[in-house]
Amino acid sequence: MLLFTLFIVTSSCLFYYIFNPLVFRNNHEYTNIPALVNDDNLIKNGIHVKTGFIDGEGLMTVVNNCTNCHSSKIVLQNRMNVEAWNSTIKWMQKTQNLWDLGDDQKIIVDYLVSNYPPKSKGRRILLTKVKWYELPE
Amino acid sequence: MKRRIFLKNTTLSALASLIGSKVIFGAHMPKDYIPLAVDQSDPFKLFNKDKGMVILNDRPWNIESQAHLLDPKITPNSAMFVRNNGFVPENITAHNWTLRVDGESALNFKKYTVNELKSKFKIYTYQLTLECGGNGRAEFDPTAKGNQWTIGAVHCASWTGVRLKDVLNDVGLKNDAVYVGYHGIDKHISLDPDKEPISRGFPISKALQKETLIAFNMNGKPIPLIHGFPLRLVAGGWPASASGKWINRLSVRNKIHDGAKMKGTAYRVPCKPVAPGEKVSDEDMCIIESMPVKSIITYPKTGAVIKKGQLLNLRGHAWAGELEVSKVTFSIDFGATWKSCQLETAINRLAWQHFSTTIKFPGIGYYEIWVKAFDNENNSQPMIVPGWNPKGYLNNACHRIAVKVK
Repeated sequence: MLLFTLFIVTSSCLFYYIFNPLVFRNNHEYTNIPALVNDDNLIKNGIHVKTGFIDGEGLMTVVNNCTNCHSSKIVLQNRMNVEAWNSTIKWMQKTQNLWDLGDDQKIIVDYLVSNYPPKSKGRRILLTKVKWYELPE
Repeated sequence: MKRRIFLKNTTLSALASLIGSKVIFGAHMPKDYIPLAVDQSDPFKLFNKDKGMVILNDRPWNIESQAHLLDPKITPNSAMFVRNNGFVPENITAHNWTLRVDGESALNFKKYTVNELKSKFKIYTYQLTLECGGNGRAEFDPTAKGNQWTIGAVHCASWTGVRLKDVLNDVGLKNDAVYVGYHGIDKHISLDPDKEPISRGFPISKALQKETLIAFNMNGKPIPLIHGFPLRLVAGGWPASASGKWINRLSVRNKIHDGAKMKGTAYRVPCKPVAPGEKVSDEDMCIIESMPVKSIITYPKTGAVIKKGQLLNLRGHAWAGELEVSKVTFSIDFGATWKSCQLETAINRLAWQHFSTTIKFPGIGYYEIWVKAFDNENNSQPMIVPGWNPKGYLNNACHRIAVKVK
């Protein structure tokens, strides 16, 4: 029982450390941890800092599967529905060496369509975000 | 840099235990290979680009220009868009670079160093318009997947090199030659050494045009690394993906080249028009050849506020793929009325043409200036986004800028 409790406490601490690596900021041991680990899990204002993805269910599955070959930027630029994402995944598997995602595929696609739903643009988008400036004669 | 250190210092199993998930990218990662694209240093400095350019993707690098940055008649490197399908090669030296010409329809297989190309063949310089097939993709609805280019994936630099036709003539063509495919040394994003990120080309008829170059200089200097040093194929007026970068091999084919990005939806559009979002089977897709007529307003930058009575000088460029631009018009009333701009002839075939005009506004208020170019077969630019296609190519809708008169 003592051993089991010790195990639970140790693993909880380990997990807390992994997901909150800054907890040991002033600790000497901190320097031995690869720098990326800190960046990798950091969420600021609801955004995963390393990739720019919105924090949400399935985030790390997306990070781990969708940012190895290409940048998160190509994912963030694209807003698609379930069918289009599934066909994109199929294309990546056929031509880009993407692995079989198994059960992760649904997690990934659900994350993408719920956090980045398609936007209707119509036949022509309005001119937005215009920065006005005085043009001298 | 952090990722670089991380990759070097961390075993895959250690990584797996840290992220609590199986590690999937190990299989294709050669030992000691750290692609340049992983290095997230300042791309503006790395590639000498204007700070106003927009980074669409950093792995691989895809960087878009802005209309006002394209104002010079000859596009400087600083304003040229960057399109990559794979990782930029590293450690290139020009002196031992060779270009191999082979293929089932080449009479002889030959190899040329860069210096041999320069000394053996006559050298030509042309200003050539290269526009990404997906320029304007961002406006398609439903969304077309890929980098969401808006307006800035076009440039018209001055290219110096030898004519591809002279090289093909030296090699000799069999009667059944129909296509030339290129091969470069950029790396596939999966790092699979057996995969090419892109290997496209064009029919023999395009290869034999006098303006189709194997270029070694851009704007009078060796081609910058990001634009294809030391050798780039340049086929003006066609999707820029036909102009292969870092080329070390050309294959003369007896069929349409079947390299990467020649099949499926890549650089192909439905042969017959389809409804937005419609599924199109591979056999109903056709390769994009000449790009459609298009124009951009490069001065003033959108958002100009002028005084009542102030005249506005407007200028920009227009191009029409293989064709010439015959007319450029503008409207300040959303297309109700159009007036002509002055239009210059091209410095050479396949170079963009410059237009300009002076606009007097009827009073204060918000205006949009829309510009519409016509080619010499009387095709013009649509005001709305043209026919939807699965990958969002060929959006040549009119460019427009916002202006206020107060």
